[in-house]
Amino acid sequence: MIGYFLRHAQVLLASLGQLARAPGSTVMTVCAIGITLALPTLLYLMVDNIKSMSHSWQGRPQVSVFLKQHVSTEGIESLQRNLLQRAEIKSSQLITSDQALEEFKKQSGFGRALDLLGENPLPASIVIQFNDDHSFPSIVEGLVEELRSRPEVDFAQWDMAWVKRLHVILKLVQRAVIVLATLLGLAVVIIISNTIRLAILNRRDEIEIMKLIGATDRFIRRPFLYGGVIQGLLGALFAVAIVIVCLKLLDGPVVELLDLYRGTFTASGVTGRTFSLLLAAGSGLGWLAARAAVGRYLRQIEPK
Amino acid sequence: MIRFTQVSKRYESGHDALTNVSFIVKKQEMAFLIGRSGAGKSTLLKLITRVENITRGQLLVNDRNIGRITKRQIPGFRREVGVVFQDHKLLHDRTVFDNVALPLVVAGVGHRETSRRVRAALDKVDLLDKERLYPIMLSGGEQQRVGIARAVVNRPPLLLADEPTGNLDPQLSDEIMDIFHQFNQFGVTVLVATHEYRHIDRLGKRVLELDHGRMVRGGNGEEI
Repeated sequence: MIGYFLRHAQVLLASLGQLARAPGSTVMTVCAIGITLALPTLLYLMVDNIKSMSHSWQGRPQVSVFLKQHVSTEGIESLQRNLLQRAEIKSSQLITSDQALEEFKKQSGFGRALDLLGENPLPASIVIQFNDDHSFPSIVEGLVEELRSRPEVDFAQWDMAWVKRLHVILKLVQRAVIVLATLLGLAVVIIISNTIRLAILNRRDEIEIMKLIGATDRFIRRPFLYGGVIQGLLGALFAVAIVIVCLKLLDGPVVELLDLYRGTFTASGVTGRTFSLLLAAGSGLGWLAARAAVGRYLRQIEPK
Repeated sequence: MIRFTQVSKRYESGHDALTNVSFIVKKQEMAFLIGRSGAGKSTLLKLITRVENITRGQLLVNDRNIGRITKRQIPGFRREVGVVFQDHKLLHDRTVFDNVALPLVVAGVGHRETSRRVRAALDKVDLLDKERLYPIMLSGGEQQRVGIARAVVNRPPLLLADEPTGNLDPQLSDEIMDIFHQFNQFGVTVLVATHEYRHIDRLGKRVLELDHGRMVRGGNGEEI
């Protein structure tokens, strides 16, 4: 077992040596991979931050449930208990018809006119706040529909269409990020494949000799796979550096913009998760590209 | 050890390199394969190492039917056969030691055992003091001896050589042939393709002669 790891360590060192012996092409490849990986990462972080911003703003989804006049206090309490048991609901606040009337009097200035009515025309209502994780338009809309069908509910409304629009736009951008990431991932595969192809062609004689003395395809493949993974990893690290620099550059204007809206949002940068994801993507794509290139070109090299 | 039975080889171009070749090289025997350029000597060796596959007939090497081994089995089979080439086929970016160690590295032999066996092989070809040098720093004869050390380091029961003295002067050429002779005396089966009849006269070994792809001497299962 130790021997197995030792052999892998030797191949890893040899692959590093091969890359170091061609510094120009290695640096160019790593830069190309880095830029290619940095673009979707930046977009992803932007979408992620806008999403967080939309949650942290006061415009967090809120549903008002207006109850029918005849609903008893027990009925209202039962509905409220029922609502609070749901995972998506953070809190619910009951506004009795008397409280609603008081507030209306204060805000509208029609206090005396309302006194003339004799009875309170305003219904009791429940204001529902959602948990951050469940404040998606589809969940909120589903609940509104469900509440509307209940006998004690006269009307339920969610009048924050802009949040819905924002979520739709974000969904669209998220899809665009996925498409872009896929396309750029493909570009990374092509870049690394081409580098590995050139490395294979440069070492054609060596591969022929290895095959003649009984090396398996797996043995011959190994250093190229390591080479692909190393280039992918280095590219990912470069991408992290690019993203950090870009975020630093954008930080000032974003804070200024938020100040205009009196926002207190702190943009998130490259987290441990993003970092790990980038490294995994870089090494994974590197491995995939090397595997594809080696599989294709190794078959073409046979001893003569 | 090597048994050709009515073996023919036709290349994709339609050229018949070998036609109905039959012969046997017994275990621990040493034989010379002779013939003019284009007679089919190299093709015959390529069939034994499975660089090329036979078109017709049956070829047994170390009791294996070479025509039927799968692609996956080829590397394992090649480790049982040591091959020396006219152009040495050394890796010029690696030292003498690393070149000789290559078959052992490929076979997954441990580091300590590799060092021991490489030094033993280099000692046999009298190059122990040059293990740290690169092939480019060696003479043609020395490079060929590195090639021989690499071919025998894995202790193969069969050693093939394709014109191993082609680029060497007569004295070096004799030295190389003597090394093959020594390995044969240690029990290794040796088949040497050459066009230098001198060696045959000097060492007095069995001769297989090819002419235009046909075995004209030493064939048909005829043994010494």
